[in-house]
Amino acid sequence: MKDYLAGVTTILWKDVLTELRTKDILLSVFIFALLSLVIFSFALRADRATVAGIAPGVLWAAFSFSGILALNRAFATEREKGSLEGLVITPVSRDAIYFGKMLGVLIFMLAAEIVLLPVFVVLFNVPLDLPRLLPIIFLATLGFASVGTVFSAIAVNTRSREIMLPVLFLPVVVPVVISAVEASARVMAGEPWSNVSVWLQVLVAFDVIFVVVSSLVFEYVLEE
Amino acid sequence: MTQDTLLGRTTLLSRLFLALAFIGILVSLALVFLWVPNERQQGVVYRIFFFHVPAGLLSFVAFAIVFVASIGYLWKGNRMWDMVAHSAAELGVVFATLSLTTGSIWARPIWGVWWTWDPRLTTMLILWLIYVGYLMLRAYGTEDTRVSRFASVVGIIGFVDVPIVFFSVRWWRTQHPQPLLKPGDEFGLTPEMTMTFLIAFAALSFLFGHLLLERLAMRRMSADVQEMRQALSAEKGV
Repeated sequence: MKDYLAGVTTILWKDVLTELRTKDILLSVFIFALLSLVIFSFALRADRATVAGIAPGVLWAAFSFSGILALNRAFATEREKGSLEGLVITPVSRDAIYFGKMLGVLIFMLAAEIVLLPVFVVLFNVPLDLPRLLPIIFLATLGFASVGTVFSAIAVNTRSREIMLPVLFLPVVVPVVISAVEASARVMAGEPWSNVSVWLQVLVAFDVIFVVVSSLVFEYVLEE
Repeated sequence: MTQDTLLGRTTLLSRLFLALAFIGILVSLALVFLWVPNERQQGVVYRIFFFHVPAGLLSFVAFAIVFVASIGYLWKGNRMWDMVAHSAAELGVVFATLSLTTGSIWARPIWGVWWTWDPRLTTMLILWLIYVGYLMLRAYGTEDTRVSRFASVVGIIGFVDVPIVFFSVRWWRTQHPQPLLKPGDEFGLTPEMTMTFLIAFAALSFLFGHLLLERLAMRRMSADVQEMRQALSAEKGV
């Protein structure tokens, strides 16, 4: 058990360290999300009255699309540098590799989202209820990362991998997007917690099921 | 030798299915247009139901087969499972497309729109998208065995996702009632309708079985050809 955790944290630390040196993922995800917020505000011609209705959707559309960027990068460097083979022959179990990579993706996505939130509040002028919004963001991002890590590992090994990831990933995470948008909309409208929690339950169910299923099937993705 | 007799037997079964499907579809077309009474509220339009619903149900059957065969392939590593999963996924997409398009044709005169984000429609569309992605992955993959493993993983994750999609979509919409008319305020079936439905369902199931067996036989033959080609080039080259 101790060795297992050491394996997970070592892989995670490797990714964090690489990211701290290059700032590859964080910067591109943040800039992309910012750009989509700007485009959405023009495309939807948001005036004061409509903003309240569309803001949660805009936020999660920006998070979803920029999340794909982070996921595309998750295994890209492993492939470019040929370090995936090295990862596979390390003496840790395959699901430890899964959890290490998945936690890395989760942390990068969360970091970019947290930086983006204040910008979103300024641009769209919505009230920010952080204590209630943060659990939603965490659970939804965990959902993205859990399935996304598996699909990212699949997509880097195909031709036209940039298109394969969204094609596989987006239909499957529809429940996460729906729940995140509905829960955030209720939080932003100031509704009581009981109205929000039903959507949190969907998120928790998705997270539990997909963390388990993904860690089980991940070894078949890595097998050479 | 055993494989030859097996192939011969499946061809026979497949031909039997084709014949039954042909007769069944003719009979059900006759029943649908000549025998079944008009529905009270929708008149003649509802008759598309006899092909729309079986197609949708069979696509679910197909995706369930993909799920089971994907697990079977990852577990046992037998190429046969992989071929079954691939063929069933193709058929599932075909039948889901049939169901979506006939549904759209039905919706236009009854609901006044081609499409609405009703829970069942949304679930079906997302399901369709998941398996179109599955087929794209098969088409864009590079290496054979690796793609099979990837596709099996997608087949498992996709099917596990279906109940979550279903419930989330249902809660998402039922909390916002639709202004549109829904069918089924007393959409009951008369005995004639039930009979016709069952015959149409059986006919489409035979068609499904026939197509599945044919696709499987084709996959097996192309695998054999590939094997022979490799053996031949190995003989020549080395």
